[in-house]
Amino acid sequence: MIPTIKQNPIIKLIYNSYVVLFFIYLALPLSVVAVFAFNDSQFPSLPWEGFTLTWFFGTEQPWLGVFNERRIMRSIGTSAFIALCVSFLSILVGTINAFLFERANFKFKGFLYVLMLLPLVIPGIILGISILVFSNFVANGVEDLTGWEIEALRPGLTLVVLGQFSFITTIATLVIAARLKKFDSSLEEAALNLGASQWQAIYHVTLPFLRPAMIGAGIVALLMSFENFNTTLMLVGSDAPLTITMFDRLKEGSTPVLNAVSLLLMIGSSALALVMIFFQKTDEKP
Amino acid sequence: MIGPRTKLGLILLMSPLLLWLTTLIIIPHLDMLYVSLREKVGVRQYEFGFGNYMTFFTEPLYWNTFARTAYMSIMATVLTLFIGFPISYYIAKIAKGRLKMALFLLCLVPFWVSELVRTFGWMILLRETGVISSFLQWSGIVNQPVEMLYNDAAIMVGLVYTSMLFMVVPLVTTLDSLDDSLIEAGYDLGASGFAILKNIVIPHAVPGIVTGSIVVFMLSLGNYLTPILLGGKSSLWFTGMIYSQFITRFNWEQGAAFGFLLLGLSSLIVFVGLKLSGQTLAKTMG
Amino acid sequence: MNENIPDLETVSVNKSFGDFRAVKDVSFSVPKGSFFSILGPSGCGKTTLLRMVAGFLEPSNGDILIKGRSVVNEPPNKRPVNMVFQHLALFPMMNIYENIAFGLKRRGESESVIKQKVGEVLERVGLPGVETRQADQLSGGQKQRIAIARCMVLDPDVLLLDEPLGALDLKLREHMKVELKKLQSEFNTTFIYITHDQSEALVMSDQVAVMNEGIFEQVGSSRELYYNPKTAFVAGFVGESNAWSGTVEQVKKDSVKIRTSSGFTLMAQTKGEDIKKGQKVKAFVRPESVRLALKAKEISSMENRVKGVVGNVLFNGANSRVLVQNPIDGAEIDVAIPQTGEFASLAKGQTIHIGWQHDQARCFADKSGAK
Repeated sequence: MIPTIKQNPIIKLIYNSYVVLFFIYLALPLSVVAVFAFNDSQFPSLPWEGFTLTWFFGTEQPWLGVFNERRIMRSIGTSAFIALCVSFLSILVGTINAFLFERANFKFKGFLYVLMLLPLVIPGIILGISILVFSNFVANGVEDLTGWEIEALRPGLTLVVLGQFSFITTIATLVIAARLKKFDSSLEEAALNLGASQWQAIYHVTLPFLRPAMIGAGIVALLMSFENFNTTLMLVGSDAPLTITMFDRLKEGSTPVLNAVSLLLMIGSSALALVMIFFQKTDEKP
Repeated sequence: MIGPRTKLGLILLMSPLLLWLTTLIIIPHLDMLYVSLREKVGVRQYEFGFGNYMTFFTEPLYWNTFARTAYMSIMATVLTLFIGFPISYYIAKIAKGRLKMALFLLCLVPFWVSELVRTFGWMILLRETGVISSFLQWSGIVNQPVEMLYNDAAIMVGLVYTSMLFMVVPLVTTLDSLDDSLIEAGYDLGASGFAILKNIVIPHAVPGIVTGSIVVFMLSLGNYLTPILLGGKSSLWFTGMIYSQFITRFNWEQGAAFGFLLLGLSSLIVFVGLKLSGQTLAKTMG
Repeated sequence: MNENIPDLETVSVNKSFGDFRAVKDVSFSVPKGSFFSILGPSGCGKTTLLRMVAGFLEPSNGDILIKGRSVVNEPPNKRPVNMVFQHLALFPMMNIYENIAFGLKRRGESESVIKQKVGEVLERVGLPGVETRQADQLSGGQKQRIAIARCMVLDPDVLLLDEPLGALDLKLREHMKVELKKLQSEFNTTFIYITHDQSEALVMSDQVAVMNEGIFEQVGSSRELYYNPKTAFVAGFVGESNAWSGTVEQVKKDSVKIRTSSGFTLMAQTKGEDIKKGQKVKAFVRPESVRLALKAKEISSMENRVKGVVGNVLFNGANSRVLVQNPIDGAEIDVAIPQTGEFASLAKGQTIHIGWQHDQARCFADKSGAK
């Protein structure tokens, strides 16, 4: 059960093999995706036809590499733009919310807190359709009344950003509030005592303390935005982000280009995740 | 502690939260409820009524799909729990130091990568021309390609895979907080490994089990990618029905009603789960 | 069974973690029904030793016998010993009744027997009727007693206690010392108690083993350890002492003359130890063995005399002390103030005479330099 208790060697062997099998199960799909990005074949399947970088750098159909696929490169740009917007907005609102829940006392605080958590328990696809329905309602209303057509309220980038923002903000709030809870408020009092104004104290003392959590929340937001599918699917317009483009391509039939994109995605998200771990480490020893 | 001192300050601090929650969560859902209660009687002519919900109950395909989605999600949750628990226990109680950190991070890896990539990986593995089929032919176990994609087992494999992280993280956290000396005390008082698991480890892990199960169930219920891609055309998943009502058939009223039914089921399960374990949403998520 | 078989006996028990030898060749035996303490600083190997007896660690070699029967190959859940953990390890997911019934249920006792036994043991530890409470509703001292009851209800041959008083505040700790001793004599079970707190060990135990760097330095009654330490470590660790390190200048029968590096000389007793001229030694003098005098002639008969200056007076009721500055090496000598009233007006800066006989100073070979 625990290392200090002697365990029957057969049970121990079975247990250890189970753990090994589990991690093989965990690694298998991602490994095959990565490996077939380098297979010199039109389909991401066996047999192995030899190593190639065509699926990254190829210039001619049907051997067009990912870096020369306009549609995919464009959607990566779109995804990045959406992710940055969502990340920025959710850090901003998340920080304000953290101050609200940690520093203010007001009626219905508990109720508001539960309300703030709700987006996490609403299925993503429903967040998507509810925002779609409502924005359409507003857009139609405005058009009927004034004759103006508000593009932003029709499926497209703005709605995708708002849709992702609607639940990622909850996560940003939780991450930043957890850090603010650990803040020793006597540091602020010391700053006030030394002549700082309230804003100066927050700007010079509290916000620097929160920075690791804000960066962490921002990276989580980037990752979640980049890989979001359900909410985005309902709100997407003509500018499709990466996951939607890949989904469409996958329905048409898979080519190793998709493996190449996936590998780039894996590398990108692992790099971001490593940055986040690094910041959390510095967070632990301030 | 610096916080809002005046009513105005509090209102300003609260306004982003209220703006976010009302315009992106509350009003859209109310609007969706409103839309779901409209019956189309002619072109741009509507009547108030429960017709869209009645359609759900009178059309077997709809409620069969609904029940199937719920049943499969419960299965996926149970499977994830049973597969994930020994792994979590291993990470929390048996692995030490670096190995523990490494295994835990390995469990997080699939989460860093888009669900689309993970599902794509399973497609490469499971399809007729896929890796596993080729391997089985090569090893002589079968003599023709086997199709392992597009059935319920494939959906289950994908759902469990996608959800594993959300089960393992809360389980590792709660099991980690179980003091080793409680397990030792159990042994010291004469208990067998099984008795300790039943009387000490599992009772202690209940909060983690509940949190993990709720999250996994919700994610499975609201999943779209995995059932569609791994289950193929015949995969009946309720999110797929919502999508087709909205995007393919452009019957938003029916789609909104479906959305509400899914939201209702998911909220019910969350509520029951929390009540059964005597926890609150704020404690579980925060 | 033979009454002379000790409840617990270890034979040359060793435990190594890699290159580190945590327990070196420890052999001891604990007679039936006694309160046996293992006293030592943290890291001395006492917890390792206790966990080997409980079965959570395997000895690298050597044997552990309980009532004459070897138990090294028995897993902890089969050994007739029970343990009170450092932080008690009461199961938070169970109430008091379930906690105490836990071991009985594992033995397959019937519900009625369990109920009766739990009631009895709660009565004996003085907490009848708390069955339905949760552990966190009890005070520190009550939890302590529940942890003991949970073990005692199983009627173990030996009860192991791993510094269970460490987490309590001072006042409760004092109280629980007496309480534990009472419980032990009431149950008449062998208690093995480990601690780094000498007063806990001295107050409660029939026998104390002083442990340091994996070995037992000395085993004996509290009185023996205090008045007759066998090693420099025991002399320094048990009770308060003034200590000097120096070189032997002269050897006479059972006394030696020692000179410290700063030039202070003193006479000390060797008692059995073979000390040679020129050897490095340590000498210890207890504060209460030093005589305090206002006039030099009052202590003229003493072999060791110092004319010093009063440093700080540490008033602590009956345990008041004065620190006297030794003009030769500048060090302060800790001296107990007799409760006669004669020294009630002692003040800082005052000149004072102190002295002690050579047989009040114990001298040991200094092993710390040999390593």
